[in-house]
Amino acid sequence: MIQAGDTAFILVSAALVLLMTPGLALFYGGMVRRKNVLGTIMQSFMMISLISIEWVYLGYSMSFGPDVAGVTGSLAWAGLAGVGAAPSEYAPTIPHSVFMIYQCMFAVITPALITGAFAERVRFAPFAVFSVAWAVLVYNPVCHWVWGQGGFLKEMGVLDFAGGLVVHLTCGAAALASVMVIGARQDHGRRQFFPHNLPMTLLGTGLLWFGWFGFNGGSALAADALAGTAFVSTHLGGMAGMAMWVAVEWLYQGKPTTLGAASGAVAGLATITPAAGFVGPNHAVLIGLIAGLCCYFAVVLKARLRFDDSLDVVGIHGLGGLIGTLMAGLFASKAVNPAGADGLFFGNAAQLGVQGLGILVVGGYAFVVSFALLKAVDAFLGLRMQPEAEGLGMDVAEHNEAAYNE
Amino acid sequence: MKRIEIITRPHKLEDVKQALTEIGVTGMTASEVKGFGRQRGHKEIYRGAEYQVDFVPKVKIETIVDDAMAAKVVEAARKAAQTGQVGDGKIFVMPVVEVVRIRTGETGPDAV
Repeated sequence: MIQAGDTAFILVSAALVLLMTPGLALFYGGMVRRKNVLGTIMQSFMMISLISIEWVYLGYSMSFGPDVAGVTGSLAWAGLAGVGAAPSEYAPTIPHSVFMIYQCMFAVITPALITGAFAERVRFAPFAVFSVAWAVLVYNPVCHWVWGQGGFLKEMGVLDFAGGLVVHLTCGAAALASVMVIGARQDHGRRQFFPHNLPMTLLGTGLLWFGWFGFNGGSALAADALAGTAFVSTHLGGMAGMAMWVAVEWLYQGKPTTLGAASGAVAGLATITPAAGFVGPNHAVLIGLIAGLCCYFAVVLKARLRFDDSLDVVGIHGLGGLIGTLMAGLFASKAVNPAGADGLFFGNAAQLGVQGLGILVVGGYAFVVSFALLKAVDAFLGLRMQPEAEGLGMDVAEHNEAAYNE
Repeated sequence: MKRIEIITRPHKLEDVKQALTEIGVTGMTASEVKGFGRQRGHKEIYRGAEYQVDFVPKVKIETIVDDAMAAKVVEAARKAAQTGQVGDGKIFVMPVVEVVRIRTGETGPDAV
């Protein structure tokens, strides 16, 4: 039966998750050079339109529609056929359409997250083609495996509360593939690329954090105690990630930085995501602390390896999703969420194995398919900007605009 | 006539202006510039990666004075701009061949 409170909460949560995409646009936009800020923002913004269309006509049915062999949803719900006011099997107290639009926002932000890896060097049209194809070939199947009724990873008992595998690991794996296919920015390692507007990045971080309450809290799919648990875990994960990153960089680099605070918060939030509805508050803090530590060193390592993941999608989202998924296998407790499972520290070592398997399957699949897809798009359309255009910047070269005029 | 170019810290602009005005300098031009000397600039850290920033913000103050005034101006500017720390800047003195006041057409020292 439809509950007004649950419906209101999920509608608001959907709006909060949508807000994360413009938040991400600002988060990323501030970290690039001024000549690329609009192009970077556009790569996130455009997903709101492109992926929403894809979701309505294909994605939602592929992800959550009637199961086909555990691998994908059928197209029975394409064009939102039968997705109306009545509740679905996913959430018995909200209209099916509300569940659909809530999930749509997750589908939108995931390909937008990938763009941080190849920021400042990719042409718009091939990027748009890649993103839609990636949603169809990577996001939708993985979403079905992990969250869809009958999905094979869900059947195996993989825990992913709000998208550690479905969102963060898939985009991290795609980010890794894209850096390998597309290569480094012009003059990478010879010139220094300073973020052009860190206040913009911090504003974006704030919006992401705000939206994350809908992302994780809403994943309870009801305005209930579980939503409260996930909301609290989310905040604790974010704050602990921020504290740890800042502490470590203060120790190693001599000064605490705002970009470090923002990065640590996002790392903590991404890492708590898969575990948010399965762990208690103290474990959420611990998960955030581990996220801040590991993601900091991953990003430092990237710089040493001269690997041009421009805005650290692999080191923050990919690694965060991976660690959080493992942490769920350690700290999940049925006392927190009876519908979940116990992890290693609550007497169920097998859960850690299941989580590890989920990481291998999802990470491996997302990497291989993303790699092949990027190669194909590059061969047919040419992903990379011409050297002169890259020098001029995406804003003028791709969009005929400049962000800052006199 | 001499052209005196003082490159120093941005926050010393007012001190130098005041010092030169007090000894009778009637006009000057200030611009925001960037540069570095032997010590180079400073480092910045973004997500754990260190960036060396060579060009640091400085202010350049230029004035034209009589030959007789030049030494006084240099000394006043040096005292006003000095902090004793690395990065205080430099003063350059150059000969000026001619000065023209655009409004009246006056030339030479009268035009300064």
